[in-house]
Amino acid sequence: MIVGLTQLAYIVATTLFIFALHWMNTPTTARKGVFAGVAATAIAVIVTWAQPGVVHHGWIVIAIIAGFIVGVPLSQVPLTAVPQRTALSHAFGGLAAGLVGTAEYYLWLSEGPEHLTAFRMIAIIAEIILGYLTFTGSLMAAGKLQEVKWVPQRPVTYPLQNVSNLLLFGGALAIAVALALHPTAAWAPTLFPVIIGLALAFGVLLIIPIGGADMPTVIAILNSYAGLSAVAMGFVLDNKLLITAGALDGSSGLILAIIMCKAMNRSFTNVLFGAFGQVRHTTASGEEKVYKSETVEGAAQVLEQANFVVIIPGYGMAVAQAQHKVRELYDQLKKRGITVKFAIHPVAGRMPGHMNVLLAEADIPYTDLVEMDEINPDMPQVDVALVVGANDVVNPAARTDKNSPIYGMPIIDADKARSVFAIKRSKNPGFAGIDNALYFSDRTWMLFGDAKNVIGELVKQLAGSTH
Amino acid sequence: MNSDLWAMLYVFVLASFIGLGVIRRVSRLLYTPLMSLTNAISAIAVVGSIIVTGGDYPLRIRVLGAIALFASMTNIVSGFLITDRMLKMFKTGDRRGGAERS
Repeated sequence: MIVGLTQLAYIVATTLFIFALHWMNTPTTARKGVFAGVAATAIAVIVTWAQPGVVHHGWIVIAIIAGFIVGVPLSQVPLTAVPQRTALSHAFGGLAAGLVGTAEYYLWLSEGPEHLTAFRMIAIIAEIILGYLTFTGSLMAAGKLQEVKWVPQRPVTYPLQNVSNLLLFGGALAIAVALALHPTAAWAPTLFPVIIGLALAFGVLLIIPIGGADMPTVIAILNSYAGLSAVAMGFVLDNKLLITAGALDGSSGLILAIIMCKAMNRSFTNVLFGAFGQVRHTTASGEEKVYKSETVEGAAQVLEQANFVVIIPGYGMAVAQAQHKVRELYDQLKKRGITVKFAIHPVAGRMPGHMNVLLAEADIPYTDLVEMDEINPDMPQVDVALVVGANDVVNPAARTDKNSPIYGMPIIDADKARSVFAIKRSKNPGFAGIDNALYFSDRTWMLFGDAKNVIGELVKQLAGSTH
Repeated sequence: MNSDLWAMLYVFVLASFIGLGVIRRVSRLLYTPLMSLTNAISAIAVVGSIIVTGGDYPLRIRVLGAIALFASMTNIVSGFLITDRMLKMFKTGDRRGGAERS
């Protein structure tokens, strides 16, 4: 009877989870999705807690309260810090899976070795490898995104990196096979922590060669791993709710990772093992090219004359916290009857959808946020393209220069606009270290300075000239 | 046990395909909230953590469970809250400047 009720509740929770994701297909229904998710989780927690096997309640209460104490402030971070928060929560998800897998193994080892079938052992090992690898990998990713001092920002590469990683992974796999075949052997309990150690190390090694521009893909992959570790936990505990919820998360991360890879014209393996940084030096040298700078006054005059302005935001907008100033500029231009759209590149920023959230925070209607593929055909009709802290995603070298490391990557065709203003903090090359041909084009004028200040000045100029 | 294994694999494969189908239709505007939502959903690992923490098991096992429970609970709370916080910000042109969070 109890078993039947539990299973029924789990099926209801599964259905609600699927609806939660389904409602995310448009911003108008998306919030319903959150409520469905909360309801499903609440049902699952209550039903599980009510199981006869659960007899100690004190620690559960304490852990749940502690979860609230840490979780509520974590949900209030500024939206520019959302990539770090997301990476951190992948780390928590991985840690939970790893710990439960460890606990189950030692529990069955001492109290019911007959439970440790080869199949279950494989599931446990998959769970702990995925879990611990996601844990340290996501911590590293969060550290890179937060620009923590002791985490290297630039990709770290060393000779034979991929070979040593493969050897490490091969070693872990060999131990995994040995453990799956002899889960209760005398040496098994001592070998088990070795796998944990290898998985922890592997997570770190997987992330250190990856640069900031690849973070959207990496976060999506870690998202997928966190989901798959929950699936493995489901196999270990014979729990189908865990399997379905984990599979939904796993496929979500996978789809996002594929979309991010396509948007950079790169393959999965290339992102993970390609170490983008290595090719950097090939294009960085060459003769000095000249930028044309423009004053804020001049730029404001050109903007006033325009009919159609496209703003192309990038990570620099997030760094400078310029989204609210951008919105003031948007208002000023709109007031003059100018059409203003935002062109969003899929990998702009540090995680999928990063720019959309920042612009939505600044109260810009999402109907004016346009995807790359939709805006590109209109670019030749655009009077002014204003590049705010974006770099590689508007670099025409991706279309023209076969030697460029970003060759083949789909870009927003800013160079086709009638004129381009690019706001840039300094004359240094962007994150990927590649020269941007757009900045040297006849139609491009540079506005050097912090994005927030430059746009603030633009707004002032426009506001001053209304009367 | 054996038939159960196959049933679980069935569930996994079918759920993955449902996931692929549903996620593919998610609005591109919402990829960031999607990530935090799936994060909270996969924190369903809380179920496993509760069983380990609350069971009549040796202390060290339950300690591991309690830490896992804390980690998943953090993800559930922060994941759902921040998703909702972000989704509230997505507005169309005609409702601008409307209800902000208090």
